[in-house]
Amino acid sequence: MRLKTFKHGIHPPYHKDLAAHKGVERAALPKAVVIPLQQHIGAPCQPLVKRGDAVEEGQKIGEAVAFVTAPVHASISGKVKAVDKHPYPIGGKVVSVTIEGDGSVKEWPETGGALDLGSMSPEALRDAVKAAGIVGMGGAAFPTHVKISPPKDKRIDTVILNGCECEPFLTSDHRVMLEFPEKVLWGMKAIMKVVNAQGAVIGIEENKRDAIDAIERAASSILPEAKVVPLETKYPQGAEKMLIMATVKRKVPVGSLPMDVGVVVNNVGTAAAVYDALMYGKPLIERVVTVSGNSLREPRNLMVRIGTSFKEVLEQCGGLKEDTDIEVISGGPMMGVSQTTLDVPVIKGTSGITVLPGGDLKRDVYRSCIRCASCVEACPMALMPYRLGDLGRVERIEEFKDWGGLSCIECGCCSFVCPSKRPLVQWIRIGKIKVRESERPGTA
Amino acid sequence: MEKEAKEQESAVGLIITSSPHILKETSIPKIMHTVIMALIPAMAVSIYFFRLRAVIMIVTCTLASMLTEAFFQRLRKRQVTVYDGSAIITGILLALTLPPSFPVFGAVLGAVFAVAIGKQFFGGLGYNIFNPALLGRAFLQATYPVLITTWTEPFAKKGVDAIATATPLALMKFEGKMVPLLDLFFGNTSGSLGETSALAIIIGGLYLRYKGYINWKLPLGYLGAIFVFGGIFWLINPAKYPVPVFHILAGGAMLGAWFMVTDMVTSPVTVLGQWIFVIGAGFLVVIIRLFGGLPEGVMYSILLMNAIVPLLNRWTKPKIFGEVK
Repeated sequence: MRLKTFKHGIHPPYHKDLAAHKGVERAALPKAVVIPLQQHIGAPCQPLVKRGDAVEEGQKIGEAVAFVTAPVHASISGKVKAVDKHPYPIGGKVVSVTIEGDGSVKEWPETGGALDLGSMSPEALRDAVKAAGIVGMGGAAFPTHVKISPPKDKRIDTVILNGCECEPFLTSDHRVMLEFPEKVLWGMKAIMKVVNAQGAVIGIEENKRDAIDAIERAASSILPEAKVVPLETKYPQGAEKMLIMATVKRKVPVGSLPMDVGVVVNNVGTAAAVYDALMYGKPLIERVVTVSGNSLREPRNLMVRIGTSFKEVLEQCGGLKEDTDIEVISGGPMMGVSQTTLDVPVIKGTSGITVLPGGDLKRDVYRSCIRCASCVEACPMALMPYRLGDLGRVERIEEFKDWGGLSCIECGCCSFVCPSKRPLVQWIRIGKIKVRESERPGTA
Repeated sequence: MEKEAKEQESAVGLIITSSPHILKETSIPKIMHTVIMALIPAMAVSIYFFRLRAVIMIVTCTLASMLTEAFFQRLRKRQVTVYDGSAIITGILLALTLPPSFPVFGAVLGAVFAVAIGKQFFGGLGYNIFNPALLGRAFLQATYPVLITTWTEPFAKKGVDAIATATPLALMKFEGKMVPLLDLFFGNTSGSLGETSALAIIIGGLYLRYKGYINWKLPLGYLGAIFVFGGIFWLINPAKYPVPVFHILAGGAMLGAWFMVTDMVTSPVTVLGQWIFVIGAGFLVVIIRLFGGLPEGVMYSILLMNAIVPLLNRWTKPKIFGEVK
C-alpha cells in the first residue's frame, strides 16, 4: 500500500535510533528553575509573584492578560528569588521568575483511567485548558485554548492529532504515544467535544510502527471512530498544512488557517497535557524532552520540569563529548534554534535539545546558484526558493511578495538540499521580516 | 560570489548558525566531478576510434578552458575555482563536438571563447545564459565554417590515414544515403569526436541518472520529441525522410540530450518549463535537419531554447500550495 503523504519534501538522516528506544524517565528535581513569562508569540504574562514570595508546585505565577497568551505556573515549590530578565531559548532575554526549590515534591494523583467528559460543558473544558496554561507542544507553543476557540461561523468537523515528529533526532512525541496512548486519546476526545467535531484523525509517520499500534489499540476502546493514518516518513510531514493535506486531502488556502477548512490540528503531546489538566487539575509544569545528538554521551527522553536549565538537563545525559566546537539546539536540527548559552531554561515548547558536533554543521562558504532546481523540487509549499532567497537578501520586497515569499513555512528544505550551500531560508526570513516592517504603519 | 556563511561562536564556545543546522551531503564540485566521470565512456570511445587526434583535442580544450577560467577569475578578483570541474566539463564537451581533424589553434580559440564570453562575461558559473561549450562551438562554426564540417572516417575502421568523408547526417541530407543504424549506435562512423557512439553516451547518462544528478524529463523528453517530430515527417514521406531512430542516433542528439540539455544552469527549474524546453528543442532539431541549410541542428536547438529559459522560469512559476486564483 502506498502511504499517504504530501508533495515534495526531503529525506534527511533521522538519527531517531539514538533515543527512540529509551523510555521516558523523570529528570532529577532541579534546585532552581527559571520560568519565562513569555513562552511563545503573543503577549507576555503579568507576574503574580514578587521576590521573596513562597510558591507551591503548580501555583499560577504569571497571569494571561491578553487572549493570545497562556498563564504560567511554578514547576517546583520554593521561594521566588528574582523576577527579572533572563536568557531564553528562542533568543534574547525575557522577564522570568526564578524559583529556588525547597526540595519538596507535590504528588499529582496520576491514577489514569477514563475522563468524565459528560459532566463538563465545552466552555468549562476550554477554560480548564486555558487555566492549565496548555500550549502547542510541538515547538511553536501557540496557546491551545486559542486554537480550539474557532469563531462561530467556522464549522470544525475533524480534529487531527500530529504524531509525525518529522524532525531528525526528536523522539518525545514517539515516546508519549507509546507510553501514554490513553492520555493522548482522552485528550483528543476532550478537544473534539470543545470544538464539536465528529471526525478524529491521527497522523503518524510509518517509522514509528510501534506508536501506530499503541494508538490504534488504545483508540479501539476509548475512541473507536478515530482513524490512525500511517504517513510516509518524509520531512516536513508534521508541518500543519502538509499534515492536513496528507491525512484529509484538504488544502489550506494561502493566508488562511486550518479552521477555514474545518480542521483543528494539535500535537499528540498537547492532547496528553489536556488529559492531565482535566483529570488531575495539573497545569503544564513538565514535559517530555528528547535530549539527543551526536555530541551527547547518553541520549535520553526525560520528563523535565519547565524552567530547568539546559545545562542541568545535558549533565543528566552524560554530558557533552566535547566542550567546544559544538552546537546546542533547542528543538531539532531542521527548525531548531542555536543557543548562545546553556543557561537557558526548558520551556513549554522545548520538544528536544539536540547537540551536534561542529564537523556535522554547514561551515562551508556558499557559492553561486546553478539553478539545479533542487530547492524547487524540495519546497513543500511549491515556491521557488532560489529566487525568493535572492529577493529577500537584497530586500526587493515587492517582488518578494509577488513570488509568494510570505507563504514560506521556513521548514529549511531548500537550504538543506542546496549544492551551493546557500542559506536560502535565512534570506527568505529576512525578506519576510522586511515585508512586515514595510507594512507596519509609520515606517517608510 | 563566495562569502563566508554566517556563523559565529558564542562566548562559551558554542557554534551558532541559522537553521537548518544540517545540510545534505552534496556540493558543486561533487556534481561536476560526477559529470566528468560520466563523460569517460564517450571520451574512451572517441580515443578508440580517432586515436591520438582525440587525445590532443580533449587535452587542448580542457587545458584552454581551465586557464581561461583561472585568468578571468583572477582578473575579476574572485576565488579561482577551476578545480570545481565546471571548466573541465566545458573543455571536454567542446572537444567532443569538434571534428577529429580540427586544428589545435582553432580548438584553443573555441575554448577561450566558451569560457570567457560564454561564462565569465556573464558573471561566472550560474549566471551564464547559454551552454558555454555550445556557444564556443557556435563561434567556431561561424569562424571556420569549412574546417568544422570536414570529417574523417574513424581510424579504427580504415587504418591510420585520415580519409575525408561526410557525416551520416550530411549523407542523409545532401545525398539521400543512410548509414546503418548499428554503426551509429556503436560509433563506427564519421562525425564529431564524442558524438559518434550513442552507446557510450547512454552509459554515461545512465550513470548520472543513477547518481541523481539529472532529471529523466530532460534527456528523454528531448530525444522523445526528436523521435516524435522526426517520425511525423517519416510517416508523411518515408522515401524522403529518415526513420525516427536515425534522428536520435545520428549527429549530436545523444550527447546533447544527456550532457547539454541537462546542464543545470541553462535549463529551466520548473516542471512545465522543462517540458516546453525539451519539446521546443526537439522540434527545432528536426526542422533544422530536414529543412535548414545545415545538416545538424542540435547545437542551435539547445542554444535557442537556452535563450528563453529565464522567461520560461518566470512564466511557468508553479502554483503555490493553497494558492487561489
